[in-house]
Amino acid sequence: MNLSPRQTRFALIAGGVLVLALAAAFVLNAFQNNLVFFFTPTQVLKGEAPQNKTFRIGGLVKVGSLQRNGSDVSFVVTDTAQDIPVRYSGLLPDLFKEGKGVVAQGRLDAQGLMTASEVLAKHDENYMPPEAQHALDEAAQARTAQSVKP
Amino acid sequence: MIPELGQFALVLSAVIALFLGTVPLAGTLRHNVVWQSLARPAALLQFVLVSFAFACLASSFLSNDFSVKYVAEHSNTLLPKAYQFAAVWGGHEGSLLLWMLMLTGWTAAVAIFSASLPLAMVARVLGVLGLVSVGFLMFILATSNPFDRLFPMPADGRDLNPLLQDPGLVIHPPMLYMGYVGMSVTFAFAIAALLSGRLDAAWARWSRPWTVIAWAFLTLGIGLGSWWAYYELGWGGWWFWDPVENASLMPWLVGTALIHSLMVTEKRGSFKAWTVLLAIAAFSLSLLGTFLVRSGVLTSVHAFASDPSRGIFILIFLAVVVGASLTLFAWRAPAVTLGGTMGLVSRESFLLLNSVLLVVATGAVLLGTLYPLIIDALNMGKLSVGPPYFNLVFAPLMVPLLFVLVPGTVAHWREARMSEVFWRLRFVGGAALLLALVLPFVLGSWSAGTMLGVFLGMWVGLGSLQHVVERLRKPGRIGGSFWGMHLAHFGMAVLVLGITGVKSYEVERDVRMAMGDTVTIAPYTFRLVGMEDVMGPNYKALQARVEVLKNDQVIETLLPQKRRYFSTAMPMTEAAIDTGPLRDLYVSLGDPVAGDTPSWSMRVYYKPFVPWLWAGVLFMVFGGVLAALDRRYRRNTNQQSVRTASEALSGSA
Repeated sequence: MNLSPRQTRFALIAGGVLVLALAAAFVLNAFQNNLVFFFTPTQVLKGEAPQNKTFRIGGLVKVGSLQRNGSDVSFVVTDTAQDIPVRYSGLLPDLFKEGKGVVAQGRLDAQGLMTASEVLAKHDENYMPPEAQHALDEAAQARTAQSVKP
Repeated sequence: MIPELGQFALVLSAVIALFLGTVPLAGTLRHNVVWQSLARPAALLQFVLVSFAFACLASSFLSNDFSVKYVAEHSNTLLPKAYQFAAVWGGHEGSLLLWMLMLTGWTAAVAIFSASLPLAMVARVLGVLGLVSVGFLMFILATSNPFDRLFPMPADGRDLNPLLQDPGLVIHPPMLYMGYVGMSVTFAFAIAALLSGRLDAAWARWSRPWTVIAWAFLTLGIGLGSWWAYYELGWGGWWFWDPVENASLMPWLVGTALIHSLMVTEKRGSFKAWTVLLAIAAFSLSLLGTFLVRSGVLTSVHAFASDPSRGIFILIFLAVVVGASLTLFAWRAPAVTLGGTMGLVSRESFLLLNSVLLVVATGAVLLGTLYPLIIDALNMGKLSVGPPYFNLVFAPLMVPLLFVLVPGTVAHWREARMSEVFWRLRFVGGAALLLALVLPFVLGSWSAGTMLGVFLGMWVGLGSLQHVVERLRKPGRIGGSFWGMHLAHFGMAVLVLGITGVKSYEVERDVRMAMGDTVTIAPYTFRLVGMEDVMGPNYKALQARVEVLKNDQVIETLLPQKRRYFSTAMPMTEAAIDTGPLRDLYVSLGDPVAGDTPSWSMRVYYKPFVPWLWAGVLFMVFGGVLAALDRRYRRNTNQQSVRTASEALSGSA
């Protein structure tokens, strides 16, 4: 190929722009399809959570709700206002405990049962997952708003 | 008394840093040689003071001085001595002090190993590093003082987070920080060059060994972090696309682009502006990483108790650094000359493609990491970006990168012929293709992804091997940078093969096991033969005894534990791993399962090729070290010290 420097530069720039455009289109497409939204149990029961799409819920593991059956476990996630039952099969994280913060990722079925593909607790016992904390704060806020109203 | 001395040393070092960040730089503007020559002693003094402060904090830890708040929060009398020392950087304040120690250490190293540089350049580089020190020391003193006292003094400390009580923690943060902070040296060189208005090959040659060493440390730090997550978190994963991991990966990606771009700037005088931008970006991303990790905006093992003022301080610091350097760049860039011409097919164009792909990959990771934070900050809801996004985006970008890597090493500078390059690589390509078609069948099932991974790994690995063999046949001494490059590329090949192997053939079994139960992952059988209590120095553990059988022969006994630490009552899974050259066998112990016979949930993994990941990382690290130690840099140094500085500047490019 015998190109003048100007043509070479043009070809390089054109190639670069093409690569970038392709990459950007690709990235944004993948990005759109892999956003996992977060909802509080209250929001889920209001029907704000998507059907047939993975999302996250957060809150506390309701005390007395944890049941084990082999490696299948079920428990209830609560934001103290509303409860969502969750089913999960696999090993729970070390810091998973009743009454403690948890974040679960999965899909909701028609009966309102969440089948979790991932359960996250925290890394440190003195620390609450921000998403779980958010759910509790929202519920607490809703409560104070209600108690003020009447 | 000791903590107060440490505090005093820290304040004094901030004063010295301020001096270092102003006087020598002013000296370069006023052509005052005395002011410029003060940079070296100031840099050394700063290092001595910060080392002293660090030693004070370490001594408070080792003497269990719980009147120091930071010690009380991160240590305990029962904690083994080695971990008491490592606990110095087990929390936010101390890890910043470690960061500071590294920064002043790098600064002192530049002061010592810069005999060949013109004085004005040394003054500028050390001055910029001094300004960075000022920023971080202000941060420590204003928001994160490790020497704060606690009153009344508690009888015992709260203990170090059990996850961090591990040999991995002792070395992972220092290595990672060496890398992060090392990028500040490259940044300082780039800013110094912009300040002087001389962006030339000499500048590229000076900053190359520093950049490569920093890159090697960063590689090692990331590798150690991944290794730690693999054996300590008990999930068998080695990369989670966790924001904290991404925070370290982004400077690495840009740093990788930078070391390649610097080579073009040194050899051909082109890519100058691009190289400077990469240097600024690498350091900015290191700062961004610090912000993400230390501000508490993320949930992770690294997110210590959060304090909004800390996050805001780092954000402002980041804005100042990026804003000031880009302004300087905009001011000076028009003066940057274009380098030599390059052909459409040439080593330059392959390296340009390398840069573009790495930067795009960084952008994609940045988007996925920051988007949830931005949406949250704008109160537009909470969301997360899952690993599928990163896998989907990252892998397709790495495929062309790995592909052009090989022609990039053999193509001529300036102008190359595509046909010639690929003719030279015909055997390598053929062999890689053959192996890619055959190996997956040998190892198990065939899939397109596996084939692609094997092809790319073999292509890179054999390509390097061929180049080395060809070079050995020719006469002449072979420089360290040649060996370094091929060792690092070979490491990349091993890493790619490892990732392909583990992704394609790993087997995971979640099982419930009672005494005597077995689980089989061909050809291995795992049998639970015992359960016992074990006492550690500061924990009690339930330990399972799992025999691994192959052809009815016991080849190994694995001892996974579930630990309970006294100070925190926090349970911790300690996985047991048997490592072989081609695979890991990995068992982690879960909770007891209710039932008639006592049984436990257990997770058993067969992880092929995982050791290859660590081997690949180590090859890359050694490659980087070899390249940085190339005699070429030192030989030039000696020649330059004979010649005058200005001659050296205008001389060989």
